[in-house]
Amino acid sequence: MLAWLQAFIGTDLLVQYGPRLLHGLQITIELVLISICCGIALALPLALARLSKSRLLRGLSLCYVQFFRGTPLLAQLFLIYYGAGQFRPALQSIDLWWFFRDAFNCAALSLTLNTAGYQAEIYRGAIRSVARGQHEAAYALGISRSVAFWRVILPQAAVVALRPLGNEVILMIKGSAVASVVTVFDIMGETRLGFARSFDMRVYLYAAVLYLVLVEILRRIWDRLEARLTRYLRRSDRTEHVERAVTQAGPATH
Amino acid sequence: MADLLKLFSYGTTGWGDEILAGAWLTIRLALATLPFGLLVGFGVALMKRSKSRWVHGLASIYATVFRGLPELLTLFLIYYGGQLVVQKLVGLISSDVQIQASAFLAGMIALGLVFAAYASEVFASAFQGITRGQWEGAHAIGLNRTQTMLLVIVPQLLRLALPGLANLWLNLLKDTSLVSVIALADLLRQTSLAVHVTKQPFPFYLVACLLYLVMSIISTFGIVAIERWAERGQGRRTNERGALA
Repeated sequence: MLAWLQAFIGTDLLVQYGPRLLHGLQITIELVLISICCGIALALPLALARLSKSRLLRGLSLCYVQFFRGTPLLAQLFLIYYGAGQFRPALQSIDLWWFFRDAFNCAALSLTLNTAGYQAEIYRGAIRSVARGQHEAAYALGISRSVAFWRVILPQAAVVALRPLGNEVILMIKGSAVASVVTVFDIMGETRLGFARSFDMRVYLYAAVLYLVLVEILRRIWDRLEARLTRYLRRSDRTEHVERAVTQAGPATH
Repeated sequence: MADLLKLFSYGTTGWGDEILAGAWLTIRLALATLPFGLLVGFGVALMKRSKSRWVHGLASIYATVFRGLPELLTLFLIYYGGQLVVQKLVGLISSDVQIQASAFLAGMIALGLVFAAYASEVFASAFQGITRGQWEGAHAIGLNRTQTMLLVIVPQLLRLALPGLANLWLNLLKDTSLVSVIALADLLRQTSLAVHVTKQPFPFYLVACLLYLVMSIISTFGIVAIERWAERGQGRRTNERGALA
């Protein structure tokens, strides 16, 4: 049984490609972290533009969101990575060519632009979900608009946005795999290289396990985060104790 | 500018016809995947409702795995793994036959499996929206289980699942672009070929993006029409109820 398991996992193969896959994992995590963080910075102004009174701002923001949500990530990546090559002299003259020359940067940029489109929609919905009375109350208290936004509206919107944002991070982890197509050696990139060298399908299975573990860990972190941020919504421990005592005393309902 | 437009013209000098042929393959692939994904997704949703812990567990594992894996990885697993498995199976009969996997079939299966995993969640939550009374009512008028499912539950289920399925369709349309990586001549692949020859990446990829955008927008119109059709009975009924009350 043990020998069979060893053959199934392929110890030699794992020793050979395991470290490379772990390095790929690091690249994947970097890619996702950078794009999610930069994506937040880009998505908030976009969401505010969607909610603004100016028709021009609303229109521009809508176009951005439509474009990045309506087209495949892979096509966006090609547009940026290969498209930048066409503007090489121009990029060189403004000293930005070093950025676009690196596949990792291009992948990070296209993931950022892509997730910003999705996140903008999440934040727009979350901000709109905050009751009108909150705006009015802040206004009545004489709080300035920017303070009201940062201290009153945003904290409440953040709680609403948390769950969809978690889903978006998972989608980014999965989406980042396309970076391997433009020679970024993330998990997927290392896996493709490993398979090309060994012709052993098990390399793909290792990658599958890595991705599943990554997604599962993130899901658990997010559950914790949500429990922490919504702790004021939970009933107090005392009521819970009382409830438990009541249900234990009463007849079993299951 | 005129030179650039010439590149998109039809015929031997332009790439317009090649790119449109690619777009047509993208549409065909998405349309072929849809029924397969819907059927498997519905089956998995039924398994999730099963009382057997094994069947239920199996369905949950399926949904978790295929929603957690990158679509690109699933595609490679099916394309290369499927090739290996089929080769071994054929090898049992005769060892001379070389198997060349169909990229279209591999793409359809991989995208369908992913679609089904998400669709099973949509169907499972749609099942929650159907009240017990519907099942009991169907039982009371003497319908058997198959009739209940097909005549009573599924029509209501589809209406409840429609918004979720519409989102999945839009995702599917975009995910088809991944098959370009396994050399299937879809929209993105044909565009890449054109870029390779003309050395004009920016305009060509921009046109490809816009074509995907057009497909999404047309789909959105179609979805709105289908949803209106599915909801056609709803408005009247609330009126009747309003009149009764």
